[in-house]
Amino acid sequence: MPEKLLTANEAEVDRVLAICNACRYCEGFCAVFPAMTRRLEFAKADINYLANLCHNCGACLHACQYAPPHEFAVNVPQAMAKVRRETYAEFAWPAALGSLYKRNGLTLSLALAVGLALFLILAMATTGSLWRVVPGSFYAIFPHNLMVAVFAPVFLFAILALGIGVRGFWRQEHAGPVSGAAAGEATHNVLRLKYLDGGHGEGCNDEDDRFTLARRRLHHLTFYGFLLCFAATCVATVYHYFLSWPAPYAYASVPKVLGIAGGIGLVVGTIGLFWLNLRRHPLHQDISQRTMDRGFIALLFLAAASGLVLMLVKSTAALPLVLCVHLGSVMALFLTLPYGKFAHGIYRSAALLKWAIERRQPSRLQLSED
Amino acid sequence: MHDVLVIGGGNAALCAALMAREAGASVLLLEGSPREWRGGNSQHTRNLRCMHDAPQDVLVDAYPEEEFWQDLLTVTGGATDEALARLVIRASSTCRPWMVRHGVRFQPSLSGALHTARTNAFFMGGGKALVNAYYRSAEQVGVQIRYDAQVNELELRDGRFVAAHVSNERIEARTCVLAAGGFESNREWLREAWGVNELGEYPADNFLIRGTRFNTGVLLRFMMSAGADMVGDPTQAHMVAIDARAPLYDGGICTRIDCVSLGVVVNRDAERFYDEGEDFWPKRYAIWGRLVAQQPGQIAYSIIDAKAVGRFMPPVFPGTTANTLPELAVALKLDETRFMQTMNAYNAACRPGTFDHTALDNCATVGLTPAKTHWARPLDTPPFFGYALRPGVTFTYLGLRVDETTAVQFGGRPSPNLFVAGEMMAGNVLGKGYTAGVGMSIGTAFGRIAGTQAARAAKERARA
Repeated sequence: MPEKLLTANEAEVDRVLAICNACRYCEGFCAVFPAMTRRLEFAKADINYLANLCHNCGACLHACQYAPPHEFAVNVPQAMAKVRRETYAEFAWPAALGSLYKRNGLTLSLALAVGLALFLILAMATTGSLWRVVPGSFYAIFPHNLMVAVFAPVFLFAILALGIGVRGFWRQEHAGPVSGAAAGEATHNVLRLKYLDGGHGEGCNDEDDRFTLARRRLHHLTFYGFLLCFAATCVATVYHYFLSWPAPYAYASVPKVLGIAGGIGLVVGTIGLFWLNLRRHPLHQDISQRTMDRGFIALLFLAAASGLVLMLVKSTAALPLVLCVHLGSVMALFLTLPYGKFAHGIYRSAALLKWAIERRQPSRLQLSED
Repeated sequence: MHDVLVIGGGNAALCAALMAREAGASVLLLEGSPREWRGGNSQHTRNLRCMHDAPQDVLVDAYPEEEFWQDLLTVTGGATDEALARLVIRASSTCRPWMVRHGVRFQPSLSGALHTARTNAFFMGGGKALVNAYYRSAEQVGVQIRYDAQVNELELRDGRFVAAHVSNERIEARTCVLAAGGFESNREWLREAWGVNELGEYPADNFLIRGTRFNTGVLLRFMMSAGADMVGDPTQAHMVAIDARAPLYDGGICTRIDCVSLGVVVNRDAERFYDEGEDFWPKRYAIWGRLVAQQPGQIAYSIIDAKAVGRFMPPVFPGTTANTLPELAVALKLDETRFMQTMNAYNAACRPGTFDHTALDNCATVGLTPAKTHWARPLDTPPFFGYALRPGVTFTYLGLRVDETTAVQFGGRPSPNLFVAGEMMAGNVLGKGYTAGVGMSIGTAFGRIAGTQAARAAKERARA
């Protein structure tokens, strides 16, 4: 018997999966169960992998004959959610900051946003007025180089921290070499949110056993909104440095179109996801992570909404204040990227790649036909 | 007053309610359990045995009527009604589009159940997902549903349904469908049916129930005393050998022990009692519940060695493990000397052959009683594992006699407005034995007929 040394939450996943592996009714819903059936025992690495492969769709909870009030009290989504947060914390870099996951995410996010906004407001207050019409671009308030100097290191650090974290997760159990087909499939599954489709294409569960595509679509709006905003920044960077074409840009310009579309996607997506989160069946969730989930959604919303407002108030006296709120929230978002809900996308993508690799390999088991 | 009262909340009841509502009847469904336990034994099911003449979505190849019928004839040993059985078989080939319309989703056979890829259509997410879909659909089309509504008796007048009683409440309806399940969770009734064995034991006291805790047979008993015509033997049931540590009720699928054919099975006296390798496990698992029930203490032990690990569906609880067979005997609290005699005799009798668990191979014992006719390999590779087995009852077969209209009969006379479906009448088709998924075929076919008949009878009655 291999020594397991599981945490209490991992031990619960181990207990639950022993029941699932003897039942297997949920195999059609997602990748977790087919991955499970390739194993007879669940070591720490298996549990961490499966927990991050779980998309928390809820289908297996509502379909489970062993869910509470059954004495087996099987609740896969909840057990997986608890382990997921542990893996984020365990693989966090630097390790000491992993404990940030365990603290109140909402407080962390909002405290940072408020703190940074406040800092910026103070900076403004010392140099001028927070409420005045500023001719020209934002750079009249914060020079471009200052913003780059502040944001670039934070963003690069976030990428580094997440990269080192997910590398640890990847190396915990080697899945095998990455083939083009596996990479393509994993990318497809990430971009389409394949495993929020319920296996039948009708979506996942929110407040009850009804299937709906709402969460998948709202997540798409949020995710692609985020990507569009990111793309807008990248295009603007290229314009600035390589074409010597600094902001501001016209409404019909590429950075603006991308940014507006992304901002709207983020605003609508996050409002929708927040609303779904409020209605979500309590058993799907690890209630103690609600603040982390909602804090991240709130921060995304704030960053996106303030960005859109910024555009609307560009020629009014509100500009300096709104700019401070926007930059403050973006800064908070960047700072907490490696220590908050954002990590789920990175770890889940890695788990999906592991699955795409693993399922192309022959099973080590020779199960007879029950 | 409702047109149709459906008593029960599992697959057959839901099929009846949906069909009656689709036929224009107003329907009230009374589920005896609380909402979180709704669905009776259907929540533990996973597939539907389906006739088909060509590949159909999740079903490969063909499974013609005649083959289905022969399978049923074989497992029941002739204890079936051919007309009703063929009705079920034919209905199974056409009911799935209707099921899909009501939200049921199908998927190919599960891993570890590939032998059923041709014969059985699996419900995505299993039976509880099916039950959830039907309840959603029923709510949507306007079937009234009440939970915690156990009916204790009916008011009958000359074979005609008048009203049902739920606690102190009297519920009238023009017609009624009974689909409230068997009596597998009525310990007293099981005890009475199985009686005392030659050792002075009440075997049923050691049964575990794989099915719902709510099937206590209250209505079945009531109908018996009301003079309804019955069918079947009260000791006949779907009975599987399950892990002795399984919960008393609602153990469901996961408590099965699937390594019997890979090793040997001994009883409390450390003696073998049946050919573990008689046939493929899917064709034999359903007889082992009864075999264990016939052993002293109603307990048996499935013994395997390391060679079997990874070749069978993983059991829900870890087995008792030991590095030697004598140690395993001690750990299982079996008589070590007799256990070793049994094991040594078995190991010595294993004829060399080519082991192939996917075929009826040539690994058999020579000169051993009882023989192990396939997959017989010496148990010689540590670690050794032992799993204690108990009889696990899924559902009972004693039921109400019906014809193809599903009308309840009194002295051979069909009731004009009382119908029955599901486990309460499955014994008409399934007198004994079992073949995977046929319970749901029976429940779906007769549930749908009962609903249609009840709606029709209600209309006639409203017109009269």
